[in-house]
Amino acid sequence: MPERVMFTMGDIACAEGALSAGCKYFGGYPITPATEIAEWMSIRMPEVGGAYVQYEDEIASITSVIGASWTGAKSMTATSGPGVSLMLEAIGLAVMTETPLVLVNIMRGGPSTGQPTKGQQGDVMQPKWGSHGDYQIIALTPASVQEMFDQTVQAFNLSEKYRTPVFVLADETVGHMRERLVIPAKKDLKLEYRKLASGPPEDYLPFKPGDDLVPPMALLGSKYQFYATGLTHDERGYPSDKEHVQIELITRLNNKIIHNADKIIDVEEFMLDDAKIGVIAYGTPSRSAKKAIKDARDEGIKVGMLRFKTVWPFPEEQVARLASQVDHIIVAEQNLGQMYYMVKAEAAPTPVHLMAKPAGMPQLPNEILDKVREINSL
Amino acid sequence: MTESDSILRHPMSKYIREDRQPWIYCSGCSVGVVTQMVARAIDNLGLDFTKTVVVSGIGCTGRTSGYFKTGTYHTTHGRAIAFAEGVKIANPELEVIVVSGDGDLAAIGGNHLIHACRRNIDMTIVCVNNFNYGMTGGQFGPTTEHERYSQTSPRPVGNVEHPFNLVKLAASSGATFVARWTAVQARRATKSIETGIKKEGLSFIEIIGACPTEFGRMNRLGNGVEMHQHLLEVAEIQNGLPAHEAELHYDTRIVCGEFVNIEKPEYTVVLTEMNERLKKG
Repeated sequence: MPERVMFTMGDIACAEGALSAGCKYFGGYPITPATEIAEWMSIRMPEVGGAYVQYEDEIASITSVIGASWTGAKSMTATSGPGVSLMLEAIGLAVMTETPLVLVNIMRGGPSTGQPTKGQQGDVMQPKWGSHGDYQIIALTPASVQEMFDQTVQAFNLSEKYRTPVFVLADETVGHMRERLVIPAKKDLKLEYRKLASGPPEDYLPFKPGDDLVPPMALLGSKYQFYATGLTHDERGYPSDKEHVQIELITRLNNKIIHNADKIIDVEEFMLDDAKIGVIAYGTPSRSAKKAIKDARDEGIKVGMLRFKTVWPFPEEQVARLASQVDHIIVAEQNLGQMYYMVKAEAAPTPVHLMAKPAGMPQLPNEILDKVREINSL
Repeated sequence: MTESDSILRHPMSKYIREDRQPWIYCSGCSVGVVTQMVARAIDNLGLDFTKTVVVSGIGCTGRTSGYFKTGTYHTTHGRAIAFAEGVKIANPELEVIVVSGDGDLAAIGGNHLIHACRRNIDMTIVCVNNFNYGMTGGQFGPTTEHERYSQTSPRPVGNVEHPFNLVKLAASSGATFVARWTAVQARRATKSIETGIKKEGLSFIEIIGACPTEFGRMNRLGNGVEMHQHLLEVAEIQNGLPAHEAELHYDTRIVCGEFVNIEKPEYTVVLTEMNERLKKG
């Protein structure tokens, strides 16, 4: 497939990204503002010999995605906050059984039914803390139609590489905005696929990790037999109530993400070289911030931005570096302050100022500019 | 291994993870019997065992998948069917068998059960119905009869609710093969599981089982042997009876047999055909 150019919306770019990554299974349930992903998949999946399956609810959707992934198919679902709330138990199952899958959350206003057609960034803590138990998660935050494509491909790559569920967390504005999208030629895309089981089947230990802490995966229908369970299990996959098995398993599951955080975390540094004020933003507010920073620079204010393209694992080192450079940090997010607390913990003693907006319209450039001027005058 | 060891090996042990023995089941429980039915059905049909996938949910019966020496998966509570659907649709070549309990499949997983029947995805669901949640200590569930006693429907009132009849539920939801047997009718039940596996469509086979440790104890139904004897006494074989007449009254009459065996386009076949048609333009 040669390079293609489209003028399209973020949701569709996300679906195209999944298809370019080799996704062959989509299990979902309609929900605003993610429905366009499902609709596009229902058109495109048959063209690539894959399956679009519409389930009775989000619980079935995500669980079926786990099932499909264990046959070797790159698999995904797409939903919004209320759907993610229903999927949280299964996300824990995917973490525990080390199942590669991609979950897209086009974030809308919450809590509960909230404002389905309005964007927000109220769900950025949910992937990390929503399912029970100690676990790590990967969550990417695109800010443009092109990034919806690029980071969906990246999400599949990370999920395959680390055998873990990966979130694409996009606010509704990114999901529904229309921009130019360049879909690279297939040969120009670097795609990952999970490391598969090898060697004699009788010696295979389904949850014995390699040096990267990731175990090679056996697929359903292969010559390797295995038992995968959400119960705490040993390297054979057998359930165990022993203390050391629990500690070893959850430590490894966490460490396979933590130890590779520097390879996973992706940020953009914008005009930060000489900055004395650092703006931290992700998704749509980061677009307003760019304009505000340029305008502030015209006024001689030394301000720049650290933009999170990954919120989980949390970019601790990048925030700490920023905090050591600047006098003030402004966190602009479309919620009442979520990443703010993470930033604050990492940036101390550098003061961190929250610019919260828990509503559909993100912070406007002039609003951020006003905030920058205010902080600059302190 | 000595010669006498090999003689003592169970003929179905080739399908079983013997290093996981002993079973977790209580003495007198029917789940082990049903496990053997599934193994024998696989054996009688000569299935390619590596292409056979056994899935279960949570609970006593939910532990069944872990004993089969093939690709097996133990899902969250109630989600065995949803997982199995993903497996079958993503790789229709696999033979997918779901083994789980009445609480798992008909309460927390009830929505997935009826919708899988409606979709008619080729899989075989073996439901062990022991009328209560055994694993958590014997609470009433979706199949517990009215006024039966359980840990959460204690004497003297008993169960306030009314049970599902799972045969009627599966049949009216669109399953293409529906049968019910008791755990004592091992040969007939095994034959039905075979028919279910061969059937291109969703097959639902209910096996009425005994839970002497919980349901039996609280309702004073005797030990495992006595409970199974009772099942044999009240089982009434009515093959071909319309599903809506397949009554289940634990004390007096458990109608057994094969009630539904109809033809309906199967989901993955239709999906494959549609994809082919699209390819040809």
